[in-house]
Amino acid sequence: MSWLRFFRRGRADAELQEEIEGFLAEETSDNIARGMRPEEALRHARIKLGNPRGVRETLWRQNTISMVDTIGRDLRYATRTLTRTPGFSLIAISVMALCIGATTSLFTVVRSVQLRPLPFRDPGRLVMVYEHFRDASSNQEGFNYNPVAPADFFDWRAQTHGFEDMAVWRYWHFNLTGERGELPEDVSARGGSWNLFPLLGVHAAIGRTFNESEDRLDGTAVMLTWNLFERRFGGNASIVGSQIHLDGKPYTVVGVLPQWFTYPDAKVQVWVPYLSGLPAAVVQHHDFHFSRVVARLRPDVSLASALAQVEAVQYRLHSQYLNAPVAEDVAARTINDDLARNVKKPLLILMCAVACMLLIGCLNVANLLVARGAARQKEMAIRGALGAQRLTLIRAQMMESLLICFAGGAGGVLLSLSATRWLTSTWKNLPSAADIHVDGVVLGFACAVAFSAALLAGLLPAISSTGKAAFASLQASSRTVSGNLSRSAIRKTLLTVEIAATVVLLIGAGLLLRSFVRLRSADVGCVTENVLTMNYSLTAQKYGSPEKANAFNESLLEKLRALPGVRGVALGSTLPGEGYGGDDVFTIKEHPAPKPGAWLPDALTRWADPGYFSVLQIPLLKGRFFTSDDRLDQSKKVIISRQLARQYFPGEDPMGKTIHVPAYKDSDYEIVGVVGDTLFQVGVPVMATMYFPMLVGDIDNGKSLAIRTDADPLATSIPVQKQIASLDPELPVSDVQTMQQAIGDSLGNARFSASLVLTFAVLSLLLASVGLYGVLSYLMTQRTTELGVRMALGAQRDHVLRLILFDGLRPAIIGLALGSAASAGITQLIRSMLYDTRPLDPAVYAVVTLTLLMVATLACMIPAWRASRLDPMQALRAE
Amino acid sequence: MSKKHQSDGEMLKGTLDMMILRTLVTGDAHGHTIAKVIERMSENVLEVEQGSLYPALHRLEDRGWVTSYWGASENNRKAKFYRLAAAGRKQLVRETSRWRQMIRAIGLVMGEEAMADGGTE
Repeated sequence: MSWLRFFRRGRADAELQEEIEGFLAEETSDNIARGMRPEEALRHARIKLGNPRGVRETLWRQNTISMVDTIGRDLRYATRTLTRTPGFSLIAISVMALCIGATTSLFTVVRSVQLRPLPFRDPGRLVMVYEHFRDASSNQEGFNYNPVAPADFFDWRAQTHGFEDMAVWRYWHFNLTGERGELPEDVSARGGSWNLFPLLGVHAAIGRTFNESEDRLDGTAVMLTWNLFERRFGGNASIVGSQIHLDGKPYTVVGVLPQWFTYPDAKVQVWVPYLSGLPAAVVQHHDFHFSRVVARLRPDVSLASALAQVEAVQYRLHSQYLNAPVAEDVAARTINDDLARNVKKPLLILMCAVACMLLIGCLNVANLLVARGAARQKEMAIRGALGAQRLTLIRAQMMESLLICFAGGAGGVLLSLSATRWLTSTWKNLPSAADIHVDGVVLGFACAVAFSAALLAGLLPAISSTGKAAFASLQASSRTVSGNLSRSAIRKTLLTVEIAATVVLLIGAGLLLRSFVRLRSADVGCVTENVLTMNYSLTAQKYGSPEKANAFNESLLEKLRALPGVRGVALGSTLPGEGYGGDDVFTIKEHPAPKPGAWLPDALTRWADPGYFSVLQIPLLKGRFFTSDDRLDQSKKVIISRQLARQYFPGEDPMGKTIHVPAYKDSDYEIVGVVGDTLFQVGVPVMATMYFPMLVGDIDNGKSLAIRTDADPLATSIPVQKQIASLDPELPVSDVQTMQQAIGDSLGNARFSASLVLTFAVLSLLLASVGLYGVLSYLMTQRTTELGVRMALGAQRDHVLRLILFDGLRPAIIGLALGSAASAGITQLIRSMLYDTRPLDPAVYAVVTLTLLMVATLACMIPAWRASRLDPMQALRAE
Repeated sequence: MSKKHQSDGEMLKGTLDMMILRTLVTGDAHGHTIAKVIERMSENVLEVEQGSLYPALHRLEDRGWVTSYWGASENNRKAKFYRLAAAGRKQLVRETSRWRQMIRAIGLVMGEEAMADGGTE
């Protein structure tokens, strides 16, 4: 009601005016009727009416909500002052837009990744349970969360009661082939135990989820994700109940998962039951670590006591299989943390960086506002003298910073719309990337940020410019020579803090960048230039016998070697830099049996064809490479890496020794060669590796082709794929890329955070130098008269130059010292993200110090130079 | 308009609203008429200040006690007429009874002195 009146008060006033006119007319005519002359009548009528303006004002006030009115007035006033200085406003608003935009984008990502609950039933009670090894070497890269062996999981589930239920899933992939010659496709798959979906609280969108009887070794049920269902089967619901071919075997589609279900990541295309397709032996092993366990807490049991039960079972298993890698312990983390594990730290660091930049932006705007406050000192003093309360003056000034920050906030939200999209598309393995978008909560956050920024940027200048000292400017004569000391002290303090924050950012960025450069130049241990890589895997259906597999692989290699521009072709299970692949424990026949309780030696396992090492230029250190005679039953040979020789054959010759691998056919393998080390992942220490002959004819492992070419390797990809299709049109290839791309993928995130933090740091440096320049120019104008007097009395120009220069450099140097000291503490936080770089890297500190000093000197030089060029006569006359 | 006259005609707080409502009982009227009626009925003791009449009229309208419309005055001029609304009529009854109680109460308190005053006259 009152709001209605408030907005209609203009019309009410017009009506009142008309009413008053009417009253005057009536009264006048009454007076004429009483016998007065017309002008007399009007005069009396007016006397009777009194002051019509007073009536109107009373009514206007009556219709007004006073707070809204004053705020509205402040707002109009602030808008007018801001539009009168468009340059200042534009700079301040863009600074805020940049800072708020960056903050909002990052918050959007953090919220989706960390804060928003997964769309499962009661997600707060879902935890992931892992095995945990206690020894120091397993924990050297942080607390280890080891995937779970299937037999361990089945014991946990059967023997503990702390959890409502426990489910398990594993990674897999299939060749998906069509019935009628559709293109074959390599699809990412997961095997999930039948109780996984009920445990998560997920229902099938069409059909049903798995039932218990389907979760067996020869189970052939399959569920499609929505993505595959729409893409490959045209969203036709009749697919449920019919068959699709995975690895050449028919599977029955029992259901389709809902569109929103992208757990554990959006690339998964099909789900099969956990046990489906696993070899029986694997299921009974306690040391095949490849499964992830999801557990739902019972409401009446704490996580600690539920875990204690599982731990007891695990420790018993550990004591039972003392030499095998069966962990002593278990460890759990929430399902949310589990998904965000790889991005948590970089996100945190980016959040800190962006907060730093926001702080610098606010300080900068505060600095600009202080400068404006100085120019309006007289105005403030006069308003104060006329009776304006201090609070009113502060409110009026705050309105300006509010306006700047909210205009900046609006611009920032627009910026962050595109920035967020860019972030999610550039940042690899960001979980639930598809769900990241700007919504009400994010807008609320942006508003809150804008508001706090306004407070931060506006309050100090507003308070300082309305204090008692402000009124002194009325008394001050126009010939006061020194500037307002307290004010310039505030500006210098703001500046010092700003520079200190910039230094922290710069040093953080420098460290990340240096670490990235180190990563980039890390030697993988083999040739990486002009190498094309791609993967395929042979199915048991078509290539059931080792002879068949060998025949395919060998004829493929032969065809590829014959292609023009191909210098060599290597076939292996996992190429260098392509990831962990897999590992196995072994014993050395010639060595004494390991003591009970000691871990067995462990090494990465690779399979390699005879040409593998020479094509990839992995050096032979001893013995020989594989030959084409090392095949089938002649294939009990192994080539070890230098690291394995160093680690397990210290001071002895490994050649001719025998390695026994219990998990790999439980056989003995003769060491025939030692080759150079390769990195399985850049940035991770070298691991001992053993290579087995590819020509053993196994098809358990995926195959990785590496084709060395004369020129651009990608140009060879189509001819290679054509050759593969000519041998087997139903065989899909995947991950076609150059080796450098494959290795670069693992560096993507390191590069990403380094370059993002660097961007923030450079922007901050720019902001800080603008601040430095602004403050110094302002101080210089304030001291014009003083400088004029000094020069008139004989001060030399270079003396004046030095005076102003050091005046400006002092806060820069203090800020630099403070910032460096703070960085020494803060950068410890990113220690784990640094590769081959110490947090106190002297080179980074030196470069940052030099850069900052250089930029600061440059920013100070211009006003200082201008001061030294002053004409003393003009400076003295300028008043 | 002398100062003395004005203070004589000053009205008790809150009574103007009630008197406006009372004048509207006899029929719709515009501001000038309302003021004139109040003055005449009070035998020219009460002088309605325009400065309070119009804000009061708007206040009454806001509260829904009177409604207004534009019409022609008796002299055929455009004027804003006020009409007593049903809620206003109820309010008038309430106000009147409250006013009577007040008069009685004040009379009881002032009783003797008022008599004494009357006695000297």
